[in-house]
Amino acid sequence: MKSPFDNLDKVLEHRVRLQIMSVLIGNEAFDFNALKEILSVTDGNLASHIKALEKEKYISVNKTFVDKKPNTKYKITAAGRNAFNKHVDALEGVVKQQKG
Amino acid sequence: MKEIQEYEKDIASIRTMMERSAKFISLSGLSGVLAGVYALAGAGVAYYMVQYPVSLFEYRVYSIQEPAILLKLILVATIVLVASISTGLYLSSLKAKKSGLSLWNTAGRRLAINLAIPLVTGGLFILIMLNSGHFGLAAPSCLIFYGLALIQGSTNTVDEVRYLGFSEIALGLLCAFLPGYGLLFWSIGFGVLHIIYGAILYNKYDK
Repeated sequence: MKSPFDNLDKVLEHRVRLQIMSVLIGNEAFDFNALKEILSVTDGNLASHIKALEKEKYISVNKTFVDKKPNTKYKITAAGRNAFNKHVDALEGVVKQQKG
Repeated sequence: MKEIQEYEKDIASIRTMMERSAKFISLSGLSGVLAGVYALAGAGVAYYMVQYPVSLFEYRVYSIQEPAILLKLILVATIVLVASISTGLYLSSLKAKKSGLSLWNTAGRRLAINLAIPLVTGGLFILIMLNSGHFGLAAPSCLIFYGLALIQGSTNTVDEVRYLGFSEIALGLLCAFLPGYGLLFWSIGFGVLHIIYGAILYNKYDK
């Protein structure tokens, strides 16, 4: 039998990445500073996890300028939404299995 | 492999993040109570201007027609509005700071826009009504549009705001039936209900 653990997404097992996805799945787009505020993480930490998600094409990046200051917005992609849903299902499966 | 508790924490953190990003949780309950107090004070002033010595519970057959009194009433209402909004912004920004959030974050901005659309529409509509001499329905219109604004805004903040919205609309419709009790209904809607719901929010979220 296939264990629900096999369905867990390795990329999303990091909590910060999972949290970034949770924010993006319920919102049209979010910028770097807003994400930083909500997650209460450092710049470097957030940037590295964003990069990991970007590499998987789970999120898309849109760089613009607002009042001559760079403003980077992140959006969840269709692949990201799919992966997130699958991962959440797997999480629930894992927890359910353990509880019997 | 992680411990099972870690997976449970993952699920919990998903929920927290979704809530935090979509809802404005820094809304201050205390500012609701104070807004209610300002409204009651304003209603008191209005009562002495237009109705005294007739009891507040007496049904008024005539609405106010003199432009001078009307202007004074609008002034009182504006002072109450500005004082309430400033208190709300100030106390909510303190609450936001305490939990490491900013007032003007995504959820806060959305809440402001959602509240503003019905409020500005209602405000303009009431001014147009007053301008064309329809004084009787000003009080119920305030309540109804305010209720609609709260229901619209409630998707971006705590659930209680939605019920306050329904209460304001019900009160407004009742008031439209009995416009002679306008001041009484206005005092209940903006005074008493704010104090009640503000206290509920304070007890539940501010402590």
